[in-house]
Amino acid sequence: MTAIDTPTAIPTSLLRRASAALYRRPRLVLGALLAPPVLWLVVVYLGSLILLLVSSLWRLDPITTVIVREPSLQNFAELFSLDKPYLGIAAHTAAIAAIVTLVDAALAFPLAFFMARVASPRTRGILFIAITLPLWISYLVRVYSWRIILSDDGFLNWILGFVGLTGPGSLGDLPIALVFSYIWLPYMILPVYASLERIPQSLLEASSDLGGHAWMTFRRIILPLAFPGIVAGSIFTFSLTLGDYITPTIFSGDQFIGNVVFGHVGVSGNLPFAAAYATVPVMIMAAYLLIARRLGAFEAL
Amino acid sequence: MSSRMSRIGLRVASGLTLAFLYIPIVIVVIYAFNDSKNQSWVRLIDSIGERGFGGTFSLHWFDIAVNNDQVRESFFLSLQAAVGATLVALILGSAAAFAVHRHRFFGRDAVSFIVVLPIALPGIVTGMALNAAMNAGIRGFDVGPLHLTSPQFGIFTIIVGHATFCVVVVYNNVVARLRRLGHSLEEASMDLGADSWQTFRRITFPALATAVVAGALLAFALSFDEIIVTTFTAGTEQTLPIWIFANFRLPNARPIVNVVALGMILLSVFPVYLSARLAGSESAGSIR
Repeated sequence: MTAIDTPTAIPTSLLRRASAALYRRPRLVLGALLAPPVLWLVVVYLGSLILLLVSSLWRLDPITTVIVREPSLQNFAELFSLDKPYLGIAAHTAAIAAIVTLVDAALAFPLAFFMARVASPRTRGILFIAITLPLWISYLVRVYSWRIILSDDGFLNWILGFVGLTGPGSLGDLPIALVFSYIWLPYMILPVYASLERIPQSLLEASSDLGGHAWMTFRRIILPLAFPGIVAGSIFTFSLTLGDYITPTIFSGDQFIGNVVFGHVGVSGNLPFAAAYATVPVMIMAAYLLIARRLGAFEAL
Repeated sequence: MSSRMSRIGLRVASGLTLAFLYIPIVIVVIYAFNDSKNQSWVRLIDSIGERGFGGTFSLHWFDIAVNNDQVRESFFLSLQAAVGATLVALILGSAAAFAVHRHRFFGRDAVSFIVVLPIALPGIVTGMALNAAMNAGIRGFDVGPLHLTSPQFGIFTIIVGHATFCVVVVYNNVVARLRRLGHSLEEASMDLGADSWQTFRRITFPALATAVVAGALLAFALSFDEIIVTTFTAGTEQTLPIWIFANFRLPNARPIVNVVALGMILLSVFPVYLSARLAGSESAGSIR
């Protein structure tokens, strides 16, 4: 450090007196630091969320298409009515989300295990970057690439053609589940890797010393200890699938919560109903998080 | 025997998963160079057989994409939005990080929660909420007694939306660095007679600079790619992702979409790579 301008600066510098004054008033500094982010996130963002929640209690007059600002539970009654498709669509979305979660857990485990227990530190570092990088590449571009791959004369049918098979096509639930599994896969690999890495080597040695062969060690030691990591990953795969509407739109699926919400905002302008339906994934996730916490997933995050 | 077999099996499965992660990205890159307007993979392979690589691949569509007015406008809008959102996130995220690291106050634990909330909730919820609030705000201006020019959906509202979910990446990077830094260097500086401004300028800021820049680069990448919140806050304006979403079905636009997609890949990989270099291993990727 170059000579600090100490002796001359002490009595005179305005800057120095100002910083000393501020130093003696930490609350003032705190206020200045906290005010902009709190104003933005609490007033603008939380305020918007509360407005959305309140508007879920309003309703759209079907004749005049004017939003009636009187609180009622009419939207929620419609949502939970068995005569309407909305419960079924929510169940369908949750089922796809569950399938995506299982597929991702199965795909993630070998790679996460290889990274955590087999790979050298150097390889591990490279793999870590290789797995996080796709998360930063535009979500839309990655979904679009599957649209190219899955088209009738696309890459998948070409490669499957060598063994006489055809792919799932680019319409409906199968491609949607496949693409969701692809898009969210890194979110599953990372927590599973973290949980596997934490298993002490001595536990595995103890298991084999006591006569447990590889499969036994895997089933009785590794899998139970990795389970919180899988649950942690499932929080992402599940919740991200529940709220998405872009992927279903691209692959022409309309039985998804996100699509129905989006349709109500855009096409029919029924914001109150959209707001009410949008609380469904949030409620499902709140319940899911409570269960996940019991399963110890938060320690694995 | 089983151990050797399972090791080989493990390697094969890991390799396949990695291939699964990267094949789609490679395919988009290949398509961007496809000279033909035809989007069939089989045709592409046949063409390589008939005309070789030189006759199949070219920069033809790069030229057209770069000179396309809509692509240009969307690109510059995305760029403006990303720069604006990054600047706002930089200020808000750093301020929040300093407040949490340096001070004890009521609701301190809630700060890291509220900062994550915009990306933790489904994008459609965040988008609708901001949309509802902006609509209410714009209406408020119209009927207000002052008759000010009412703000419209556009670059301003896009930046507001993006900044909201970008704060978290700056905050996480700066907080991680502040924790690692500890207080001893700053205390030493003050003990040696530096005042708090000098300490900030000579000690704290240089130590934080790379973390701040790393956070800013991630915020930029996040904003540049975003589509869901943007759909709700952009009005009729088109950012680059929205332009892709509106055009990928049109056969005439497909070759251009491919080039734009490659551009978007590069514009996220490059900042993230730089950010990882700057931040060191501690923070890259830990946020998403």
